Amino acid sequence: MFTAERVADKSDWITTETGDWEIIIGLEIHAQVASKAKLFSGAATEYGAEPNTQVSLVDAAMPGLLPVLNEYCVEQAVRTGMGMKAQINAFSRFDRKNYFYPDLPQGYQISQLYHPIVGEGEMLVELGDGEAITVGIERLHLEQDAGKSIHDLDPNATYVDLNRCGVALMEIVSKPDMRSAREAAAYVRKLRALVRYLGTCDGDMEKGNLRADVNVSVRRPGGDLGTRCEIKNLNSMRFIQHAIEYEARRQIEILEDGGEIDQETRLYNTDTGETRTMRSKEDAHDYRYFPDPDLLPVKLSKEWLDNVAADLPELPDEKKIRYVKDFGLSDYDASVLVSDREKAAYYEEVADGNDKKLAANWVLNEVFGKLNKENVEINDCPVSSAANKAIVGMISDDVISGKIAKQVFEICWTEGGEPTAIVEERGLKQVTDTGAIEAMIDDIIAANPDQAAKVKDKPKTLGWFVGQVMQASKGKANPQAVNKLLREKLLD
Amino acid sequence: MSALNDLTLAGALKGLAAKDFSSRELTQAHLDAMGAAGQLNAYLVTTAERALTMADASDARRANAKTGPLDGIPLGIKDLFCTKGVRTTAGSKILGDFTPPYESTVSANLWRDGAVMLGKLNMDEFAMGSSNENSAFGPVVNPWRANGETQALVPGGSSGGSAAAVAANLCLGATATDTGGSIRQPASFTGTVGVKPTYGRCSRYGIVAFASSLDQAGPITRTVEDAAIMLRSMSGYDPKDSTSINADVPDFAAACTRSLKGLRIGIPKEYRVEGMPAEIEKIWADGIDWLRAEGCEIVDVSLPHTQYALPAYYIIAPAEASSNLARYDGMRYGVRVDGADLTETYEKSRGAGFGEEVRRRIMIGAYVLSAGFYDAYYIRAQKVRARIAEDFNAVFTQCDALLTPTAPSAAFGINAKFNDPIKMYLNDIFTVTANLAGLPGISVPASLDSSGLPLGLQVIGKAMDEETCFAVGGALERAAGFNAKPGKWW
Repeated sequence: MFTAERVADKSDWITTETGDWEIIIGLEIHAQVASKAKLFSGAATEYGAEPNTQVSLVDAAMPGLLPVLNEYCVEQAVRTGMGMKAQINAFSRFDRKNYFYPDLPQGYQISQLYHPIVGEGEMLVELGDGEAITVGIERLHLEQDAGKSIHDLDPNATYVDLNRCGVALMEIVSKPDMRSAREAAAYVRKLRALVRYLGTCDGDMEKGNLRADVNVSVRRPGGDLGTRCEIKNLNSMRFIQHAIEYEARRQIEILEDGGEIDQETRLYNTDTGETRTMRSKEDAHDYRYFPDPDLLPVKLSKEWLDNVAADLPELPDEKKIRYVKDFGLSDYDASVLVSDREKAAYYEEVADGNDKKLAANWVLNEVFGKLNKENVEINDCPVSSAANKAIVGMISDDVISGKIAKQVFEICWTEGGEPTAIVEERGLKQVTDTGAIEAMIDDIIAANPDQAAKVKDKPKTLGWFVGQVMQASKGKANPQAVNKLLREKLLD
Repeated sequence: MSALNDLTLAGALKGLAAKDFSSRELTQAHLDAMGAAGQLNAYLVTTAERALTMADASDARRANAKTGPLDGIPLGIKDLFCTKGVRTTAGSKILGDFTPPYESTVSANLWRDGAVMLGKLNMDEFAMGSSNENSAFGPVVNPWRANGETQALVPGGSSGGSAAAVAANLCLGATATDTGGSIRQPASFTGTVGVKPTYGRCSRYGIVAFASSLDQAGPITRTVEDAAIMLRSMSGYDPKDSTSINADVPDFAAACTRSLKGLRIGIPKEYRVEGMPAEIEKIWADGIDWLRAEGCEIVDVSLPHTQYALPAYYIIAPAEASSNLARYDGMRYGVRVDGADLTETYEKSRGAGFGEEVRRRIMIGAYVLSAGFYDAYYIRAQKVRARIAEDFNAVFTQCDALLTPTAPSAAFGINAKFNDPIKMYLNDIFTVTANLAGLPGISVPASLDSSGLPLGLQVIGKAMDEETCFAVGGALERAAGFNAKPGKWW
């Protein structure tokens, strides 16, 4: 059961002269299994190889050649299903989906229609503002990818590259549980994070390793469901959101003009941002699905499933709960940190042996802030997690102030180096010797008697003295010590 | 001394071992016989040079006493088996000059064991047919003729080339395949022995697919023992075929002389079909008597869903074929006829490449799988298939093997049934059940009918129990004393 009754947040409604509309969205995600070999052949799956260099006799559908299931891919599908808290089917089977196309050498795609390997599940999807929705999973099944038809090399011919042909895909079908482009994007982000945590798919949308078909319909808020259109093959978050928004407005326009929506498959034009008809319902293929007689049913024993389950890594939802409960992080901070496996791993390395909250603040504000500003991925961060761990450690131990810490981070980012050595060599250690600070204070008071006299009447001007001392110490004086001494000398 | 190509496979092995003759001599004798048998149209390709090279290599191994179980034995290969570097047609024009860069597992197993390849054998296109008239390269002619007649008869099909070549002594044995009777029926029509083993016993890797859930390779030979020897080499688990069975291969030849005392032989009453020729009734009764004399207990049994087997078969096999043959699209190999657009190119290429019967079955198959008909045809046929398997399971609690006729008639004339597909399909009536249930079956020549044409008896065994089939087949062979040969007219 999908949650048809859930009405979109009012802020997600589309309001026109005739009233309000809400969008109903379901997604089919194609996630390429991160496997070295294809689903039914030993050919390599590496991206970007010369055309037709990763094609086995099976992929090319030579006469008499037979598919042999790659068990690694089965395991990745099961792990993904477990990650989605979905029903794992101990019995599943492959079916043939028959159609003719030059990039489909067999004349059929091996897929799973009748008995998918993973059944229903549910995913909690955070929307980023503390809100979350539940998206139902209809199924996950394994299938072969097709090859690539290249139409623009020759005006009169189409070329075919079979490198991708037979690569394992997980098709993950959601229920129509999303109500806005923002919810759909959040779902894709969550799913992408999940498969990356599990290592079952690299989630690289640019390479097409994770792409979405989007089903969109519109209705009056809470009203009867409308006719849906499917927009094929969207391979970026931006395209997914634009396509949904464009398509919803297109459908609303038709309905408001008294027209009807034709159930059809549409393509999104990434240049114009529009969708256009690919094929109508009447042109829909009759795929003549039937069980593939070359393959045995997949039967998974309880023992095997238990082993797979025992091997699963900690997933984002559990990780978040742990961060909140054990580390005392805020819900929001925890969500951001777990949103990506690499980010969470980086944070945990920084937090190891340090104050968890301090580490979280440091990583979120300084590290992620800088990464965002410089548009650098976490894996390419020039400052290692170990370096940041050292910096945070020095803050905790009062070796450096937060301000100096930022300086040290900048040095590490631009020049590299080990933070403790940098602090040592450049004399950035905090001055905690009260004698030295006191001497600086006395000098400043002596040089500014008028200012000193005013402090008792206007205690806020104490800050000016703090600034003077910090300046004189080049930022190295321990701010707490400076404050304490100034109070004693000027206020008491 | 008779010609070397008149020997049995077992006899030739003995002669080679005794160094009575070399594999080269044996092979040359066959090549000579093949050269003189053009009228039979049994071979599509003769690989003389390769045959002699392989024979010489075998003779060299023998000189070093390093021989395999089939060393030096010249065999014919049905043209459904892909043979590396040798054109493979599946009896169809659509494959054009396709020359596989790979070897089928079954033929590779034979070469591993030392056998010599004589050539590729004619067959019905994509193994679809019961008379070998559906070959794109012309029909095979049965070496047998009715007494005093000159009319050309069919050798059965689809392994008509294999059966005719074995019957005419153009090889010591041949590979064949059986989807609904394509080994056993031609064996019956040509007075030869044909074995369809348990589904999964032989790898399907490299065999051009007709109906994947039914296709199974097996041998056609002149004696039961020869078939046993050859099948042992052909069999075995193959990780490249997911449906191949991971089980040890028994010494089938040892089973051929096994005592039948106490064995229970079932006689299924549903195989007594209306209009069955009296002569077939008679050889069946003779077979029963022979086995009783061997100490078998004869049990009347019932396989109640038998009458639905043929219709179910003619839904399932075309359904799978329609999908299996989709790869012949003119894009990567084989015939291509360019059209104005992609669809027309497909239509023209496939229209030009496929023969009428293949086109008919592709259309039947596409129809029974199409939306709205799938449940009524395909799913129903699968249910029938399950019932038929249950029938056999039940019967095999009452008996150890079944005895039936192999085919409802002797060999018929070329063109006699060519334009009546239904009549043609009825040839498979006694054989399709074993394919639907995945069971082993053997056809053994039992006698000649009144016009002097051979008739075969079929033994169907339990899954993985080819040994009992060989034991019963061996006893039938000995009791029948069948030693008739076709008069050489070619």
